[in-house]
Amino acid sequence: MSALPIHARTLAGLAKGLKQREFSSVEITREFLDRIAASQPALNAFVTVTRDAALAQAAVADERLKAGGAPALTGIPIAHKDIFCTEGVLTTCGSKMLSNFVSPYDATVVARLREAGTVMLGKANMDEFAMGSSNETSFFGPVRNPWNTAMVPGGSSGGSAAAVAARLAPAATATDTGGSIRQPAALCGVTGIKPTYGRVSRYGMIAFASSLDQGGLISISAEDAALLLGAISGFDPRDSTSVDSPVPDYTATLGDSLAGVKIGLVREFFDKGLDAQCEARIREALAVYEKLGAKLVEVSCPNLPLSVPTYYVVAPAECSSNLARFDGVRFGHRCENPKNLIDLYRRSRGEGFGAEVKRRIMTGTYVLSAGYYDAYYLKAQRVRELISRDFANAFGECDLLVGPTSPTPAFPLGAKTADPITMYLNDIYTIGANLAGLPGMSIPCGFADGLPVGLQLVGPHFSEARMLNIAHRFQTETDWHLRVPAAYA
Amino acid sequence: MATPMDTTVATPVEWETVIGLEIHAQLATRSKIFSSSATAYGAAPNTQANLVDLGYPGVLPVLNAEAVRMALKFGLAIGAQIERRSVFARKNYFYPDLPKGYQISQYELPIVAQGSLEVVMEDGTRKRVGITRAHLEEDAGKSLHEGLPGVTGIDLNRAGTPLIEIVSEPDLRSAKEAVAYMKKVHTLVRYLEICDGNMQEGSFRCDANVSVRPKGQEKFGTRAEIKNLNSFRYVEKAINYEIARQIELIDSGGKVVQETRLYDPDKGETRSMRSKEEANDYRYFPDPDLLPVMIEQSMLDAVRRSLPELPDQKAARFASQHGLTDYDAGVLTASREMAAFYEDVVAKVGKEPKLCANWVMGDFSAFLNRDGLDLPDSKVDAAALAGLVTRIVDNTISGKIAKEVFEAMWAEGKPADAIIEAKGLRQITDTGAIETAIDEVMAKNPGQLADYRSGKDKLFGFFVGQVMKATGGKANPAQLNELLKKKLAG
Repeated sequence: MSALPIHARTLAGLAKGLKQREFSSVEITREFLDRIAASQPALNAFVTVTRDAALAQAAVADERLKAGGAPALTGIPIAHKDIFCTEGVLTTCGSKMLSNFVSPYDATVVARLREAGTVMLGKANMDEFAMGSSNETSFFGPVRNPWNTAMVPGGSSGGSAAAVAARLAPAATATDTGGSIRQPAALCGVTGIKPTYGRVSRYGMIAFASSLDQGGLISISAEDAALLLGAISGFDPRDSTSVDSPVPDYTATLGDSLAGVKIGLVREFFDKGLDAQCEARIREALAVYEKLGAKLVEVSCPNLPLSVPTYYVVAPAECSSNLARFDGVRFGHRCENPKNLIDLYRRSRGEGFGAEVKRRIMTGTYVLSAGYYDAYYLKAQRVRELISRDFANAFGECDLLVGPTSPTPAFPLGAKTADPITMYLNDIYTIGANLAGLPGMSIPCGFADGLPVGLQLVGPHFSEARMLNIAHRFQTETDWHLRVPAAYA
Repeated sequence: MATPMDTTVATPVEWETVIGLEIHAQLATRSKIFSSSATAYGAAPNTQANLVDLGYPGVLPVLNAEAVRMALKFGLAIGAQIERRSVFARKNYFYPDLPKGYQISQYELPIVAQGSLEVVMEDGTRKRVGITRAHLEEDAGKSLHEGLPGVTGIDLNRAGTPLIEIVSEPDLRSAKEAVAYMKKVHTLVRYLEICDGNMQEGSFRCDANVSVRPKGQEKFGTRAEIKNLNSFRYVEKAINYEIARQIELIDSGGKVVQETRLYDPDKGETRSMRSKEEANDYRYFPDPDLLPVMIEQSMLDAVRRSLPELPDQKAARFASQHGLTDYDAGVLTASREMAAFYEDVVAKVGKEPKLCANWVMGDFSAFLNRDGLDLPDSKVDAAALAGLVTRIVDNTISGKIAKEVFEAMWAEGKPADAIIEAKGLRQITDTGAIETAIDEVMAKNPGQLADYRSGKDKLFGFFVGQVMKATGGKANPAQLNELLKKKLAG
């Protein structure tokens, strides 16, 4: 029997303990709830904590566990990014605009995890409408990095990543539009997976940029990610862009040998912007893979350096339209005493949205405007196509791409808020996968000056099983993913 | 000088009118185009609007395949090009009855492109009207003002109702042509059972683009768009008003400006709503929530097989099979129900299809109109009308008496034979009886007889009238003519 304290266990470890009646769901749920409460002043990882509901769900889970035959995730407490609609629970998307919005329905991801038996601890903080790379745009205040609270946790799923890093929850849902799962996972030293576009339903996930958004997970290990991914994946008739293809058992192939696996190093990922220490950690990780029998090949994606400007046309364009529904009419923030319709729109939106959201709405409105559409939006779509082709060509020469997730480790709060371009460049290595709809992961691969460094994996469409296998084998050779910040050990 | 108030104004010869119509037909699907809410008309406000229709955070549209099939039916019926790949786009603008802040429509790649319809005008002239495109889109909700002082209510029951927008080429040259074309589309969508055609409920409505140009000029004049016309009468009146307004404006040295106008049926005039400068920039772009609509050959084949006999095919068949004029065939096939009714009458009478047509289009339609009834509510059914026509054909009654019988049938709901018997309207075909009546009339009118015989042929009508009067109108007209001619000749 393991002597590990509850909070330090992986999700797989907790599932095992629950099954063996080592502890009850109520016990572990209470443990995590207490840790969340204690951490809030320092980390601010949660917007809402559903303590009573969580304990009630845990009690029900315990009954089911007692009865036997309960699903594998029964009784496992998790957190949901506050972008996922949760019935009867505040769903803010990190915005003042939705600071009063209680969703009348569950997102498909939430419903599927509930059906799988999980217990919801609460809603994780995030950048407003998922627009940000540092979690500083949240209306509910920034989230801090558990490894060093002077540092950002990354974003936009900063609350989810910080929560798992500080072991406030064994896992959390998250979303990734340009790196919003992988980048905070890297900066917080946890495992993050963004599945193939269409693998996980977007229904009930508040849209930022519909053609790029994809729901995924943040967890301690690749094994935990595999357990959860099986539960949230699959076709959803309510999302036309979800793909109707069978969901494999992602845990079945975790231990497969990597002998002969060809790992591609994208030349463009190792550019001058990459921090030297980060690069060193990546090179060390590559050595681990060579030891596991993988072969390293260098590949090139020549259009990849265009991914940031391409993204910052496509994503704002879609966001300018997606966020039009927040008009103060049916739900969300409404200004006091509107004089007329235009005043209602202007003030409700002016007051409800933060600066970064407004910047993107304006950028998006501009690039879709008559006379600019061809020069910006259409051109960006063409470049997007070229980037997709670059990846397809690269996958002709290798099974998976490996490189850095982020150019630097976590940076101090406030360091990049003044200059949006510097902030946007944080996602330079992650955006390509979104533009091409590819699955990606970030796994911990060491530290630079005491801050975690993430290794990014990017695979062909629907290669999640292989990607999880490749991540898992790394985690059987290393223990970076099991490191916990001292304050939360 | 024509004034704008004069809605029957004729276009002065030196001006030519150019009209294009954008017809919005609500598709008769049971649920909405992107959600599972019902589309039934008349429910209490916001009882048929679910989270998708309300544009709630996180919800997504899912295309109703039935709406696609209906659009394909229309496309095939107008001989159009069916686009194997069409794309939904977002039309972005803010309005309280538009919950998402954008309308999902089709923009660059519509499902139906390049078709045409032929209309037959009253004088028999035929005109081909090009149809540029027909695309699928969702309707918006409605703003409610009545009974809500100081506030605006919003009813989103209609939001998300499927529409097909049918855009014509600027091929129409008069309000009459525009109405004939709109009626033709109206007929077609009801034949195809893709739209109930109910104009009062807004299921079928149009925007008219109207401009004028000097006859012979190739370049189009500046157009005004008249929005939301929901009756054939309004279409005709609004267009005629607009033509007169534009000509008067130009004649008095002014210039037509490109703008959107509204027709006020109470005042019979169009009014400016917004100018081109005030027009929205809709920022169309492909909707990333919906995949392109891909039409497989098998689906197209299945839809083709499901098409009914179309109005033009039916009219052509009526014309050749029943010996009708093109115009009459067109009138009888204007609705599927009327065509079926006519064919029913013809089948039951078994001959004289032209006579049947005259009765269906004549007194029968006139009585329906008079009482404001729809065909299914008619007081005389096909069997009863066939019974009446049969009595004309077999000489039991004359055509003239038949009108009297028909009126009684309509009023009393009894078959023709019962009325003929009860009123003693059976035609006199007994030669002896008619001759006796003729002899009596001749004996009573010696003067007229003498005049006739001295060459006043016109008096023949006088004698016909007198004999008819004497027989209570029941003498068989053909027999009477023949016998009278003989007797008068002496």
